[in-house]
Amino acid sequence: MTDTPEAQSEDATEEAEASIPEPEMLGCPMTESRGQIVLHVARDRYVEVAKQLADEGYAMCVDLTAVDYLKHMDRELPTSVIGERFEIVVNLLDITHSRRIRLRTQVPEADATIATLFDLYPGTEAMEREVFDMFGISFEGHPDPSRILMPEDWNGYPLRKDFQVGTIPVQFKGAAS
Amino acid sequence: MALGDVVNDGLGGLSHNVITGRLEDLVNWSRSRSSWPATFGLACCAIEMMASGAAHYDIARFGMEVFRASPRQADIMIVAGRVSQKMAPVLRQVYDQMMEPKWVISMGVCASSGGMFNNYAIVQGVDQIVPVDVYAPGCPPTPETLIHAIETLHTKIEQGEIMRRRGQTGAGASIHVEEIPAGSVPVLLGRQPHD
Amino acid sequence: MTMIADEGAQELRPRSELTARELLREVGSVLRLSEAEAAKLGDLPEDPDEDQTMIINMGPSHPSTHGVLRLMLELQGETVLRCKPIIGYLHTGMEKTGEQLTFMQGGTNVTRMDYASPLNNELVFSMATEKLLGIDGDIPERAQWMRMLLSELNRMSSHLLFMATNGMDLGAVSMMIYGWREREEVLRFFQKVTGLRMNHNFVRPGGLAADLPPGWRDDVLRILDLLPERLEEYDILMTGQPIWRERLQGVGVITPNEALALGATGPILRSTGVEWDLRRHDPYLRYDEVEFDIIVGSYGDAFDRYAIRLNEIRESMRIVRQILDRMPEGDYRIQDKKVTPPPRARIDESMEALIHHFKIFTEGFKVPEGEVYVAIESPRGEIGCYIASDGSPTPYRMHVRAPSFVNIQCLPHMMRGGLVADAVAVISSVDPVLGEVDR
Repeated sequence: MTDTPEAQSEDATEEAEASIPEPEMLGCPMTESRGQIVLHVARDRYVEVAKQLADEGYAMCVDLTAVDYLKHMDRELPTSVIGERFEIVVNLLDITHSRRIRLRTQVPEADATIATLFDLYPGTEAMEREVFDMFGISFEGHPDPSRILMPEDWNGYPLRKDFQVGTIPVQFKGAAS
Repeated sequence: MALGDVVNDGLGGLSHNVITGRLEDLVNWSRSRSSWPATFGLACCAIEMMASGAAHYDIARFGMEVFRASPRQADIMIVAGRVSQKMAPVLRQVYDQMMEPKWVISMGVCASSGGMFNNYAIVQGVDQIVPVDVYAPGCPPTPETLIHAIETLHTKIEQGEIMRRRGQTGAGASIHVEEIPAGSVPVLLGRQPHD
Repeated sequence: MTMIADEGAQELRPRSELTARELLREVGSVLRLSEAEAAKLGDLPEDPDEDQTMIINMGPSHPSTHGVLRLMLELQGETVLRCKPIIGYLHTGMEKTGEQLTFMQGGTNVTRMDYASPLNNELVFSMATEKLLGIDGDIPERAQWMRMLLSELNRMSSHLLFMATNGMDLGAVSMMIYGWREREEVLRFFQKVTGLRMNHNFVRPGGLAADLPPGWRDDVLRILDLLPERLEEYDILMTGQPIWRERLQGVGVITPNEALALGATGPILRSTGVEWDLRRHDPYLRYDEVEFDIIVGSYGDAFDRYAIRLNEIRESMRIVRQILDRMPEGDYRIQDKKVTPPPRARIDESMEALIHHFKIFTEGFKVPEGEVYVAIESPRGEIGCYIASDGSPTPYRMHVRAPSFVNIQCLPHMMRGGLVADAVAVISSVDPVLGEVDR
């Protein structure tokens, strides 16, 4: 891990902390969450960083999911990262050194697309389809961009925060109403 | 040996060798004693359903051990588990493919009412798709509960009629299959947390 | 009511409708293959005529798809050319429901995902919650060892279930009866401890729901005495049988590179010779204090996966014996007022205790803001739980990384070039639990 203050000097804001260089890795702000390493990757560097990590030994992508932060936009993020509505969360695993790393990438609501990791980690195929199905985030270059869990003709993306949990009331049949 | 006397003595001469009864009772009795279930395992309940078929609970005692993979050969459909919106058409199709007479057991709370999953994905009660005869409670019901449901259904079969088809008899626990329009107010479990 | 069970674009499409890239994906050549392995892909007839192949549908209501898995297979004669699993027929919206339930109630939800190993699901959820709360280092020793005991017994019951269904799928129907007989012994212990045979909701954030009942040690010993000779029977019935070996050896082969690329974990990854078990390599609970071997295969075929699971039952028994020796006395849950309800006896005498109890079970406890991913080794592989919290008593987002969901992606690659008769053996050897695949 090397600190490169130059990379973020442009982003220096009026906040005092901004003068202290944020920890970085591969040019991305790095934070720790409960002892776990998290990299905040910009959307345009997403595949590139994943590629570098794959070359470093993170051979397996164990998990890829997304979070819809619609109702929690004020979450904690490094100062240089602007929080968007969606976040893609990727967990990578290096089995030779038993270490894990997590990538978080902001995806704006207006343009909910991100490049696919399929060519790097073929195992993300189903996971990306699931994210598309549940959040409506499309993955550019994915070989099979169809719904995976819901029926093909389903409307809406169930795990978005503005999608209701359920709308069918429970019937109590035969009960006096 | 005694048959020769029927002409002279009538049926009374047969004494203990013959039981007389209504045809309906006989048909119902034989139906209830060899009702074969269709394998329609969906979720957790399917495991308990299979456990009922294994040595420890052994539903062969009730003539039920022959789980048929083909709906054409099955009499009872045990809907074991939660029915999703995607599975609902398939379930109905399997039900339609079953031959008359046919019965449905809704096993577990998910199949009966949606259970704890009152959300977009789960059909809130399989009785919205097929008419159900017996509901087995539990999450999942233990094999004992399933056996009780089966026994209940057997009693029901023994009291049923044999000539008319299921649709005409109004079968099912007085449930009519109809589509419920979605409500305007969302149904929430407890309260809305993230407002 | 119109009944259409057609899933459109999700289905396996004819070759003529596919682009080259999609076709390559479906025949598996985009995996990180070595040149020699890629060359082998040429063994199959190149671009067979569409009128010589047939697309058939298997499931979702099929006795050997382990629930509601649907496979579409493209066959040329008896040979499987392509295969596409279509899932979602058991999609329960659990991740959405998980956002509605408090951390206290969350266990009820996650335990219903992988219903063959419910205690592992609860465990990973509880561990993720504890990590968010920052109390993961303070869980009492007895709770840790109890969790290990239940987790290992659950691994045994899950693998016994696999033995039963694997036998049944391959035509050894008596094996089904035997597998269930042994599983019943473990379930009886679970029922005594948790009150339920399945879906226990026994492992809770902060510890467990209750202490072990009196006489638990004898019950466990009974299982441990009973099982070894029954497992010997399995060996006689199956492992050494020429028919069994014929049907499993060399079927559904997957290479280490393929398994890693696809993210496969658990017995599938280990069958290829990769030694990776989170209990050893990323220890949680007290797995670093017990001795056990990681069972590794060498061919990556269905037989290796069968043998690995059979021997993992034996290793689990070895671990359980050590747990019996080392089970400490003490609390079965953390004595932290924030997450632990007061003891039952105090509720009767103290109003504050009653209010406290009431608040924990209605409102739940607030969990600090943050996000965390915790993974443990379930019988099927790495089960992970990603929770993002916004500081409220319910998870803002609760995602479970289900091993079966990822492992099922191996099916097209395992089946390719095999016989349609082996398809059932391959599905069975992956041992998917559809509740976990679809969630």
